[in-house]
Amino acid sequence: MKHHHVHHASEMPNDLLLALPFVLAVLIYPLLGLGSNKRHKRWPIYRYICWVSGVLSAAVALIGPVANLAHENFIAHMVGHLFLGMLAPLLLAHAAPMTLLMRTLSVGHARKLSRVLKSFPVRIYCHPVVASILNIGGLTVLYTTELYSAMHHYALLHIIVHLHIFLAGYLYTISIIYIDPAPHRYSFILRAIVLILSLAAHGILSKYIYAYPPAGVPIEQAQMGGMIMYYGGDIVEVVLIFFFCQKWYKAARPRTSVSISH
Amino acid sequence: MTNSHNERLNFLGRNLLSGCLLGIGFVAFIDEAVFHQLLHWHHFYDKSTPDIGLVSDGVFHAFSWFSTVAGVFLVSDLSRRNAWWPKRWIGGFLLGGGGFNLFDGTVQHKLLRIHQIRYNVEITPYDWVWNILAAIMVIAGLIIVSNTGQKAKVMKGTA
Repeated sequence: MKHHHVHHASEMPNDLLLALPFVLAVLIYPLLGLGSNKRHKRWPIYRYICWVSGVLSAAVALIGPVANLAHENFIAHMVGHLFLGMLAPLLLAHAAPMTLLMRTLSVGHARKLSRVLKSFPVRIYCHPVVASILNIGGLTVLYTTELYSAMHHYALLHIIVHLHIFLAGYLYTISIIYIDPAPHRYSFILRAIVLILSLAAHGILSKYIYAYPPAGVPIEQAQMGGMIMYYGGDIVEVVLIFFFCQKWYKAARPRTSVSISH
Repeated sequence: MTNSHNERLNFLGRNLLSGCLLGIGFVAFIDEAVFHQLLHWHHFYDKSTPDIGLVSDGVFHAFSWFSTVAGVFLVSDLSRRNAWWPKRWIGGFLLGGGGFNLFDGTVQHKLLRIHQIRYNVEITPYDWVWNILAAIMVIAGLIIVSNTGQKAKVMKGTA
């Protein structure tokens, strides 16, 4: 039976090893923040909070009870996916890690980094259309092909898929809302259209999963998982839309009428 | 007073747009909250839905969330500019909400057969009530929008 040998804990790298990058991320960020305070304006507290909660959200999908259950339960997998691919990127983007890194580095190194960020490949990856295709396209491949069941057989594949979900989610988020310096800024209209279409694709994929379970997933779990993806996705998406519109609201503030009213 | 009227005239389109967007958001919210969650008349997924219907439903679902939030921000923008014209805005609201319901009731329910208003009942009266209400909203919206448009023209002429 295929199902029985699938979920041996020994096949997956142990939790301690998996936890290491998260622990490092939680430690390094405050060090950079506090370290750079000497030369710059104080790094805001809420950015630390965003960073730590973002790292914890990502960790939910890879270590601990939800992650362990996710090996055999699609509902748990979907909860983890929402945390890893949607909530964590949104929180981490608000921690503005690139801005922090830039002000920590010496001027020379910061310039080099900025040159990398402006390079052609980075610009391509950060284009809203490319980022959302990587994001939604990746999910479509995961849930409509054999990849989902294969992922539970091969530890390396498991890690690559999760890394992709996270990175694509992060790229997508920073291509829609600009908090860190962006290599190229696209208009609100273009980003609004991409935002709406990618949210639509996310909703369509959730309903598709509801009706056509990925290979090896029982129908009840697929239905519940699809609805979690749909409604859970809605919650994070509304927050994303809110920040997007807030950026517009700030950018579109009237400049002349203020002087008139004074 | 005159100042605020001048500002209104500069933002006729934005008043209409924000009303439309919030109208769409409002009826989509009613659809989700009342018909899906409270009454359980609508279904999350109807097996008979063709692919194009699923796509259309997905796009409108995403758009309605976006339009709700964007509509609120547009209204705050108008109000900070002292340019909010409630009457024209309500016209837009009725036009957007009614237009969306009419689209939902004709194209999405009937033509694309995404899902029906209610299951296991004679559907015709539901369809008629739904679409007539939607048409009334559209007509009322059109009247208000053209009224305010005329008024704006007159005011621009005298300004």
